[in-house]
Amino acid sequence: MSTTAALRRTPLHDAHVGAGARVVPYAGFEMPVSYEGVRPEHLAVRESAGAFDVSHMGEIETAGRQAAELLQRLLTNDVAAIDVGGAQYSCLCREDGGVLDDVISYRVERDRYLTVTNAANRGRDFEWFADHAGGLDAEVRDAGEAYAMLAVQGPAARGLLADLADRELPPRMRSATARVAGVEALVCGTGYTGEDGIELLLEPDDAPAAWDAVIAAGAVPAGLGARDTLRLEACFPLYGNDLGLERTPIAAGLGWCCKEETGFIGAHAVARERAGGPRERLAPFVFTGRGVPRPGNPVMRGRDRVGEVTSGTHSPSLGVGIGMAYVAAELDEPGTELEIDVRGTRRPARVEEKPLYKTDRS
Amino acid sequence: MADESYPDELLYHPEHDWARVEGDEATLGITWYAQDALGEVVFFDPPDVGTDVTKDQPYAEIESVKAVSEVYAPLSGEVTEVNQAVDDSPETINEDPYGKGWLAKLKLLEPSEADGLMDAAAYRKLLEEND
Repeated sequence: MSTTAALRRTPLHDAHVGAGARVVPYAGFEMPVSYEGVRPEHLAVRESAGAFDVSHMGEIETAGRQAAELLQRLLTNDVAAIDVGGAQYSCLCREDGGVLDDVISYRVERDRYLTVTNAANRGRDFEWFADHAGGLDAEVRDAGEAYAMLAVQGPAARGLLADLADRELPPRMRSATARVAGVEALVCGTGYTGEDGIELLLEPDDAPAAWDAVIAAGAVPAGLGARDTLRLEACFPLYGNDLGLERTPIAAGLGWCCKEETGFIGAHAVARERAGGPRERLAPFVFTGRGVPRPGNPVMRGRDRVGEVTSGTHSPSLGVGIGMAYVAAELDEPGTELEIDVRGTRRPARVEEKPLYKTDRS
Repeated sequence: MADESYPDELLYHPEHDWARVEGDEATLGITWYAQDALGEVVFFDPPDVGTDVTKDQPYAEIESVKAVSEVYAPLSGEVTEVNQAVDDSPETINEDPYGKGWLAKLKLLEPSEADGLMDAAAYRKLLEEND
C-alpha cells in the first residue's frame, strides 16, 4: 500500500471550499475541520442545527437469504432483533475480543442490510466481512463509493428536515427511504452528537442539492472539529482513540451492545472479560481547574501512573477541559479524584457519569 | 476574529511573536498569523510573574480546540505582568492579538537583543516566503 496515495474528496468538496472551510487530511480524505470556527459550530448543534458531511464513512452492504446469519456472526449485538426499518449499534471484534470497529447497521429490506463503518476502517472491515462470508448465502459489497452521507444534528434538525421531506421522518434508531429536497435518500434517525438528528445516505451526485437545501433551511455547516467536541461531551467513543484492537468492548463500556449468547466472533473473550472484569475501564472526566487534557496524557494518583487519556479537549458547552481515559478498573467510580499530567503539569480531574453534557435526549 | 495585520510599531520574531519595546520594557504577544494558524484559542498557560524568560525559548503555552503551541520569547527579561484578561477569556487572543490579547510584560535583561528582531516589512516577507 502506498502512503502517498492522493487524498480523496467527497462530493461536497467544492461546497466546503466555497463556504470557506479549513480542509485537513483525515482517514484518506480531504475533510472540513471547521468553517466559521469549532465553537460556533458546536453551539449551533447544541442550540439549533448543524450539518456535517460524513461521506468519508464506509458502507458495507450485506444481502441474501443468510445475510442476517453472517452479520450475527460478525457483530456483537443481536442482529436478529433488528426488524426491517430498524437500526442497531454494535462492535466488530476479533476472536480475542479486540475491537476492529464500531458500526451502525440498518436493515433496509428483509434480506438486505447496510453497515456504516468508520472511515479509517472501511477497507479492513470489508475484507473481514468478505473473509467470513464463505459457505453462506450472503453477498457482501463495498458500497463506500455508492453513498454520500450527511448528518443534520441538533434540536431543530428534525423540524428543518421534515419541511424538506415528502413523508414523515423515522424516529430515533429507525430508517426509511424518502425524497428529501427532491432527491432519493435513506433517512436515518441516528447521529454522533448526543442531540436528536437525522442522517441521510444519498447518491453521491445528489449530495450537493441536499446539502444546499439543508443549509438554506438554516442548518449551520459544521466540521470535524465540532463533531469531535460534541461526541466527547456525549461520551461516544472514537475508534482509534478510545477503541482499538488492544481492548475489548467491555473495557470501553460497550458491554450493553455485546450479546455473547449469539456466538459472534470474539464472544468467548468478551464473556471472559465481562465475568472477570477488565483491568482498566474507560472513564469520562472533567478538569476541576484550568487546562486542557490531550490523548496520551498520563493519569496519576500520587506517585502511581493509573491510566492514560485517550480523548481530551476543551468543552465548548461546559467551558472546562474534558476527556476520557482508561484507568485502573477500581478508579472508574464517578466522583473519584485523579490528576492528569499535561506536559509536566498535574491538573486535577474528577471522574463523572456519562454523558458529560446532558441534552434533552440524554 | 480580527483582520490580518502586522502593525509597523512592533518588532517580530520568526516564531510568530511580536514585541512592543518601550525603553527597557517590552509587551509580548503572538501575531495575527499565529492566532489564525492555531484557530480558536481556549487556554493560555502564562509564565509566573518574577521568572526570567530567555530569547528564542518557550515561555508559555497556548491551546486551541485542536492543538497546543509553545509561545517563544522574542527577547530576554523578567516577567513583570501577565494578562489576566487573556487568562479569563483566551479568545481575546483571536479577537485582538496586538491589543487586549497581549500575553506578558518583561523588564528586559538585554535591550540590545531587539536589534536582532524583524520589522513589520521583514516579517511580512518571511510569511510570503513560507507560503
